[in-house]
Amino acid sequence: MSDQDVAPVPERDLGEISSPHHHETVAPGVPVRDVTDGGPEMVQFLDADGKRVSRGNCEPYEPILEGLDPETMRSLYRDLVLVRRVDAEGHALQRQGELGLWPSLLGQEAAQVGAGRAMSTQDYAFPGYREHGVAWCKGVPPLNLLGMFRGVNHGGWDSNANNFHLYTIVIGNQMLHATGYAMGVQRDGAVGTGDPSRDTAVMAFTGDGGTAQGDYNEALVFASVAHAPVVFFVQNNQWAISEPNERQFRVPPYQRAKGFGFPGVRVDGNDVLAVYAVTKHALDEARSGQGPTLIEAFTYRMGAHTTSDDPTKYRVSAEVDLWREKDPIKRMRSHLEREGIADPAFFDGIDAEADALAAEIRTGCQNMPDPELPTMFDKVYAEQHPVIDRERAELIAYHAGFEEGN
Amino acid sequence: MTEMTYRQALHDTLRAEMLRDDAVVLLGEEIGIFEGSYKITAGMLTEFGDQRVIDTPIAEEGFTGAAVGMAMLGLRPVVEIMTLNFTLLAIDQIVNHGAKIFGMFGGQTSVPMVIRTPGGGGQQLAATHSQNLEVWYAHVPGLKVVAPSNPADAKALLTASIRDDDPVLFLENLSLYNTKGEVPDGEQVGEIGRAAIAREGSDITVISYSRATLIALEVARQFESEGVSVEVVDLRSLRPLDRETVCASVRKTTRAVVLEDDWLTYGVGAEIAATIQEGAFDRLDAPVRRVAAAEVPLPYAKPLENAALPTAQDLTKVVGEVLDATRFTR
Ligand SMILES: Cc1ncc(C[n+]2csc(CCOP(=O)(O)OP(=O)(O)O)c2C)c(N)n1
Ligand SMILES: [Mg+2]
Repeated sequence: MSDQDVAPVPERDLGEISSPHHHETVAPGVPVRDVTDGGPEMVQFLDADGKRVSRGNCEPYEPILEGLDPETMRSLYRDLVLVRRVDAEGHALQRQGELGLWPSLLGQEAAQVGAGRAMSTQDYAFPGYREHGVAWCKGVPPLNLLGMFRGVNHGGWDSNANNFHLYTIVIGNQMLHATGYAMGVQRDGAVGTGDPSRDTAVMAFTGDGGTAQGDYNEALVFASVAHAPVVFFVQNNQWAISEPNERQFRVPPYQRAKGFGFPGVRVDGNDVLAVYAVTKHALDEARSGQGPTLIEAFTYRMGAHTTSDDPTKYRVSAEVDLWREKDPIKRMRSHLEREGIADPAFFDGIDAEADALAAEIRTGCQNMPDPELPTMFDKVYAEQHPVIDRERAELIAYHAGFEEGN
Repeated sequence: MTEMTYRQALHDTLRAEMLRDDAVVLLGEEIGIFEGSYKITAGMLTEFGDQRVIDTPIAEEGFTGAAVGMAMLGLRPVVEIMTLNFTLLAIDQIVNHGAKIFGMFGGQTSVPMVIRTPGGGGQQLAATHSQNLEVWYAHVPGLKVVAPSNPADAKALLTASIRDDDPVLFLENLSLYNTKGEVPDGEQVGEIGRAAIAREGSDITVISYSRATLIALEVARQFESEGVSVEVVDLRSLRPLDRETVCASVRKTTRAVVLEDDWLTYGVGAEIAATIQEGAFDRLDAPVRRVAAAEVPLPYAKPLENAALPTAQDLTKVVGEVLDATRFTR
């Protein structure tokens, strides 16, 4: 994986090409859009200055915020900072040739931490490839993410240990997996029992670009018909590689949910409190048997699509500057300061913790050994098979032959 | 003749066909503003506009199916699918519709479309992004599948594919884009279904296509210094398959090895071995051998990926074994 795809897309191969009509910057006919305006319905509890507000269709979610104690507020901030640090480290390690690829979540920390923290332990997440923040909240050790992008293990973590499925790179596929998993939850009788340690919901993550895919739309149909306990979480970061929202849809994802037969909510994806509250509400509904919800987190991809992309070729820096003003971490920090929930010592402590985490990840990543060649045969089938055994033996003999100089 | 990369040859040919025929339209993800994941469509949006260069939403079945519809109207859509792997999302439109509409509608409308897509591993893109699934398409009557290995063939075959009245899967390869070669100037229309003798030889035939042909040629050069004359057949087209050229070569050399990037079982080599069995068995001095990828989903880890893909070393070993088995003295 390294798609360009992550690789999510195949490695960007920017080899020189000469064309009489080669243009270097933004294409003609692409206006500078106001991509910062989520519209009047967007739920927001913290404005860009960290002031507590109640904007958009926020009424159902207010009570959830009332219940948040200062300790939780501080820990949300801590997650935002540590997740950004893990991401920065992943990016740097790829640049130094230690990882095959890294899709950065920069700018999307609040969307992911808000969603991840709203999940109960038993809730299951189906991520795309950029959900490092959700992984963190679900307890997946960051080194496991790096191990996967380094390619030293197949399946960087045990999905069932943290109820966090492996990354899916082919766009849209995981939406159906999540829906099927949620239908399984129904069949296990783990919906609507009223037992908070038993009732389970499933979350499916994709991007704005993913909403065009057949699998995505089929998943929404299935979830609706089955009334499955699944929450679809679309991070609208305004871009699908170089293609802006205008090239993906005319009606935003949250409004399309209604047509499938369940509620859709747009939330300020850079406001961790709003995302937390909206997601918590949707998961509670799903667990109690009220069916699916679609959440569109309105946010922005501050960095490149992946380490193989160069966004200056297709978007203007003025747009990035506007979004920098809405930075999710700065916003939460102002809020904590403004409300007197955290003091300078707290913030210094978190920064020191981030430094330590970064150092730990860095050495851990560099020390990961390459896997042994014959292991490539170990996970072809769940049951071992004589044909595979023979192929493994042949490979071993083949390489031994070269070592002996045959 | 002009020396240029495979990438440039594709770009220039697409552009030439766009200029020549207004019916040629391009569709795909990221092909306009971004100019294509591999820059094959560089400059096209600016030059031809968004009616002919269509940046599509991320929905492979969607834009491939739309291209089938466009082709029925007489347009000549050239679809770019980011990788051969993502053709799997569009396979129903390709196999059930693109390939069958001409026959099932009693010949009333043909489907003159091209699907350009790179296959291949070796770029550390892991199992779902590194496959060689060309036989899936080469198996289907109604489709044509071409897989050029060099810039000159890329030009001639892309021109032919766009002008062809049937749907053509035009297979590119990630590791070929930057390779260079001499390309004849002016219009070149290749013949789909004709293999090439990429290198003449008399002792053993290596049959290959796409990226693997470059490995075959490299190995042939190495053997030359040992006094072994290796003939390399570059299939260029997997369907229709030029069985005559393959058999004629093997009848001459009496030994055959197939080098393919796909998996061994039911792979291209299986068809070639059967072809030789039918057309050159009486002249064979040794069983046909195949060198292919390990039968595993392609690993992400670099050393494992290297070990899983066929290499020059693998081919050298097998060619040597065939020569030794037939008491060829070198
Ligand atoms: C089926 C499929 N088609 C194309 C791709 C290549 N690709 C990888 S990421 C991407 C853009 C996705 O955009 P979006 O859904 O908005 O998610 P984001 O990357 O912005 O988080 C594309 C086209 C792919 N991985 N899978
Ligand atoms: Mg996006």
